Amino acid sequence: MYLPDFEYYAPDSIAEACQLLSQFGAKAKVLAGGTDMVVKMKNELLAPEVVVSVKNLEQLKKIEYVAGKGVCVGALCTHNDLVKSDVLKERYPSVANAARQMANNQVRNRGTVGGNISNAVPSADLPPIFIALNATAKLVGTKGERTVAMEDLFTGPGKTVMAQDELIAEVFIPDQKMTGSNYIKFGLRKSGALAVVGVAVAVQVENGVIKDARVALGAVAATPVRAKKTEEFLKGKNATDDVLAEAGVIASGECKPISDIRASAEYRTDLVRIFTKRALRKAVDEGHV
Amino acid sequence: MSSFVVDKDGIKRYAVTVNVNGSDYTKVIKANTLLVNLLRDDLDLTGTKRGCELGDCGCCTVMLDGNPVNACLVLAIDCDGREITTIEGIQDGEDLDIVQEKFIEHAGFQCGFCTPGMIVSSRALLNENPSPTEYEVREAIAGNLCRCTGYVNIVAAVLDAAENL
Repeated sequence: MYLPDFEYYAPDSIAEACQLLSQFGAKAKVLAGGTDMVVKMKNELLAPEVVVSVKNLEQLKKIEYVAGKGVCVGALCTHNDLVKSDVLKERYPSVANAARQMANNQVRNRGTVGGNISNAVPSADLPPIFIALNATAKLVGTKGERTVAMEDLFTGPGKTVMAQDELIAEVFIPDQKMTGSNYIKFGLRKSGALAVVGVAVAVQVENGVIKDARVALGAVAATPVRAKKTEEFLKGKNATDDVLAEAGVIASGECKPISDIRASAEYRTDLVRIFTKRALRKAVDEGHV
Repeated sequence: MSSFVVDKDGIKRYAVTVNVNGSDYTKVIKANTLLVNLLRDDLDLTGTKRGCELGDCGCCTVMLDGNPVNACLVLAIDCDGREITTIEGIQDGEDLDIVQEKFIEHAGFQCGFCTPGMIVSSRALLNENPSPTEYEVREAIAGNLCRCTGYVNIVAAVLDAAENL
């Protein structure tokens, strides 16, 4: 299988990349890991006239802890960079474990954080855990940079608030009071399967009482969504099995899944109930796993 | 940015240098050339197989700077200046690698089409983790599909290789 011809650019700076995206408009596409884009090009779902390879933007390949602020994840980190990151292992193993559940090893070695987010696939594995951890995305364009909350980034399947000339530069996970977080996913196989349902939670627990909670659901709506009623319900409650089970019931009422080749809407709704309960239990008992 | 020439049809052709199995090769290629095609068509390294060509089957697995990737999804031009190890580069001179020996000993293949990718993925795992658990072996080769379904012997071969590194 061969790709159609395209003009190729490999800019050395973010500014140059944005300039190219602005200059060529809708004709241009950003190429990072290619695990999604090259497949789409082969399947004739995409035919960019201009490909802007971001392989040279080394500054976007770092994961760092900024003292007193939070963890900064460069958009060109691959999923396996997250899995192997000492910073994440120490602070948010939940993020590393979410990355580890994506696709297979070969894809995790190429597919990037920025690609997983900007493709805006509703079943993507990283957005829910980033939303649960209140992360933000730094977008850079020709008119400057802006910061967007991860939960506000997605507008529909394959759609985000990003402008044509904007790139995701980094994801920032702020220091927080949450004591535990967790992402669990149900796929039809253990590996190489899209999420049928993905549930990410973060909780702040003190003396057995849930002070704060964030719950984000993947693959059960047009975008990853927060289950805000579930979060409100949890606040101030004791983290008992009954309370977490009730939270699961509420969360299953907050999602709007579709039926497709992988699962029916009814099945997905019930999975949300179970997985929300399980993810909460893990986050309460085990911390940021 | 790689240097290029414009051919008579107005298409840019780029000079790309890749280190494959320890030797540098410079080839003049179009930007849309995929790594798997550079290896097979331009370098005659046909041990790397074309399977699904969509990143699902892992037949085209090679190491890129030591990490297994699907060569069918990587632009060759994006590999300029980088190191690639294919199945042909796994063995040590005339001697087979321990992983290859153990695949033979355990009959870790039937039709053999997935084998190059399986061995590259397995070798990459052992380079990073010389004493993997069975789970870790299965995780490492989860992106390599064996349509003969001979996974039991493959996993046994990799675990045995790990014990004899």
